[in-house]
Amino acid sequence: MRDIIVHELTQATQELVREFARFLPRLMVMLIVVLVGWVIAYLVKSILRSFLRLIKFDKLSEGAGATQLLNKAALPSSTELVSRFAFWTAWLGFILVGVSALGILGMQEYVTRFFVFLPRLLVALIFLFIGLLAASFFSRAALLWAVNTNMPSPRLLSSAARVLITVFTASAVFEELGLADSTMLLAFAIVMGAVMLGLAIAFGLGGQDLARRFLEARFAPEKKEGQEREDELSPL
Amino acid sequence: MAEESILTDEFLRQLIDVGEADVLVGVPTYNNAATVGQVVQTIRAGLLKYFPRERAVIVNADGGSRDQTPELVRGASINDLQHSTDLTALRTLHSISAEYPGGPATGTALRTILASAELLRASACAVVSPESTTIEPEWIERLLRPVYKGNFDFVTPLYRRHKFDGLLMRNLVYPMTRAFYGKQVREPYAAEFSFSGQLASHFLGQEIWTHEVGQAGTEIALTISAITGGFRLAQSFLGAKPHVDARAADLVAAMRQTVGALFWSLEPNFSIWSAKSDSQPIPTLGAAQEVTLEPLRINRKRLFSMFRSGVAELEPVLKSILSSSTLTELQRISALEEDDFLFGDELWARTIYEFAASYHKAVISRDHVVQALAPLYRGRAFTFLVENREASGEQVEQNVEDFCMTCERLKPSLLELWNGRK
Repeated sequence: MRDIIVHELTQATQELVREFARFLPRLMVMLIVVLVGWVIAYLVKSILRSFLRLIKFDKLSEGAGATQLLNKAALPSSTELVSRFAFWTAWLGFILVGVSALGILGMQEYVTRFFVFLPRLLVALIFLFIGLLAASFFSRAALLWAVNTNMPSPRLLSSAARVLITVFTASAVFEELGLADSTMLLAFAIVMGAVMLGLAIAFGLGGQDLARRFLEARFAPEKKEGQEREDELSPL
Repeated sequence: MAEESILTDEFLRQLIDVGEADVLVGVPTYNNAATVGQVVQTIRAGLLKYFPRERAVIVNADGGSRDQTPELVRGASINDLQHSTDLTALRTLHSISAEYPGGPATGTALRTILASAELLRASACAVVSPESTTIEPEWIERLLRPVYKGNFDFVTPLYRRHKFDGLLMRNLVYPMTRAFYGKQVREPYAAEFSFSGQLASHFLGQEIWTHEVGQAGTEIALTISAITGGFRLAQSFLGAKPHVDARAADLVAAMRQTVGALFWSLEPNFSIWSAKSDSQPIPTLGAAQEVTLEPLRINRKRLFSMFRSGVAELEPVLKSILSSSTLTELQRISALEEDDFLFGDELWARTIYEFAASYHKAVISRDHVVQALAPLYRGRAFTFLVENREASGEQVEQNVEDFCMTCERLKPSLLELWNGRK
């Protein structure tokens, strides 16, 4: 009996040592992959940062209004943000490759999923960036147009443009990420429908006079009889 | 060669038929049927009367008119003119008309005329607006003669204007062009001007044609190019300017074509304008600027209310363009009552310089920077109208001169902003 226990214990210990001996090289491989990955990710970050500075990406982002958004959110500059994102994406990829080298059961599937998801995440982030830029640009364009044409409530118009583009962007981002597709689609349809209906009712009922004045000014600019005609001044 | 890419086969065929020319008058058109016939007849009369011995050609560059403008140009027959007057041509007076490619754009039309002038080896060329209904035959002589005699390379016009006509020109375009480039060219954005054949080749070699100013606002870009190229400049008095300038029908569009092009020019010409600290007059041929004073009905209240609402509504945009002190000052004056309101020379000059620096730094879209200046210009225009309500022509001119001096005095502040020291 005693011999059996000793034998089993010895065998278990030897098995454990063998397993550890088999695991140790994998662990070392993982650490090397993670370390090499960090170096490569750092290089990617540095090269990308230099490239973005070369093409004056910050200026482009500033011109489109993205910098102001980032400042408001206390985030670093666009160049720094994109560089950091590239660094973490690359390093995370290497970490997952390293972890998969450990041979842990089921891990391979998660790693595969991550790499399948990565392009979609990138596309979604690009959508988000472009969408926010577009929202900022077009809301400012609407504001300037409304002010220079003496339209009433320019800021309301500008905000409406921003909200519409942001909602559209959000729906595109969620769809790309595959998150709650049907829920987002439904929510988007409801929001858009509500906004359009609201605008139609507001313009049709509340803004009858405004609509008439607008259409008269646009399509029938002739002065009414008896109205004093202003002299036309050329700025040039 | 530049003309290879811009002149169509039809244009080339007609130009080859002409051969060579001594003087050329270009008329850029697009749907100008209402006025172009009279303008071309007057140009012909001017050429016959003042250049009867020279080989002359009228070049009509059309942007694809659908109102028979080219037909009217071709139909403005020389015979009608000769029957009704005692004018006789000693040489053939050519007249060609063709459509340039790419759709209507003043810049492309001007480039076509320049390329034609280069191809025909013309000594002196003039451009005349098809809407200049006040044109007289003498305009052709006053524009072409100084260049044809070989005394000058670039001649801009001087007009008889109402004291409230051309407010943007008086309050921004002229003073700023003068402060930036050091030459007192009164009409830097002219519908009529003339240039030598040598200058035409210089213009064609400029980089403006690959930029937006090569499409719209080309007139001011050409003036700046003549100044920075060190060419001999003069200004010649023509007569009364037509009351309505179609190029200025929309204020924002007018600002894009003038202020946008002026701000754009600062970047490639930094080394030139940054070295100028004052301005020099250029020779004036004929009378100086004439000012008329007949009463006009102008809606000043609208200008004021649009300025006031612009400052309030555009606050987030103006914050990214202007310094906090300038914005605060603008907000202060926008809160004043109409009777107390004054948008003074210093504040207006400082505002323009800060806009120019923000345009350079592209703090927001450059087109948005130019658009955001429009409401502020309305405030300045209001002050100009009020200040000069009872002013004589001389007083108006003196006020414009005072503002020009203020712009020149404050120019170092632009350099500080440009170099990012503020």
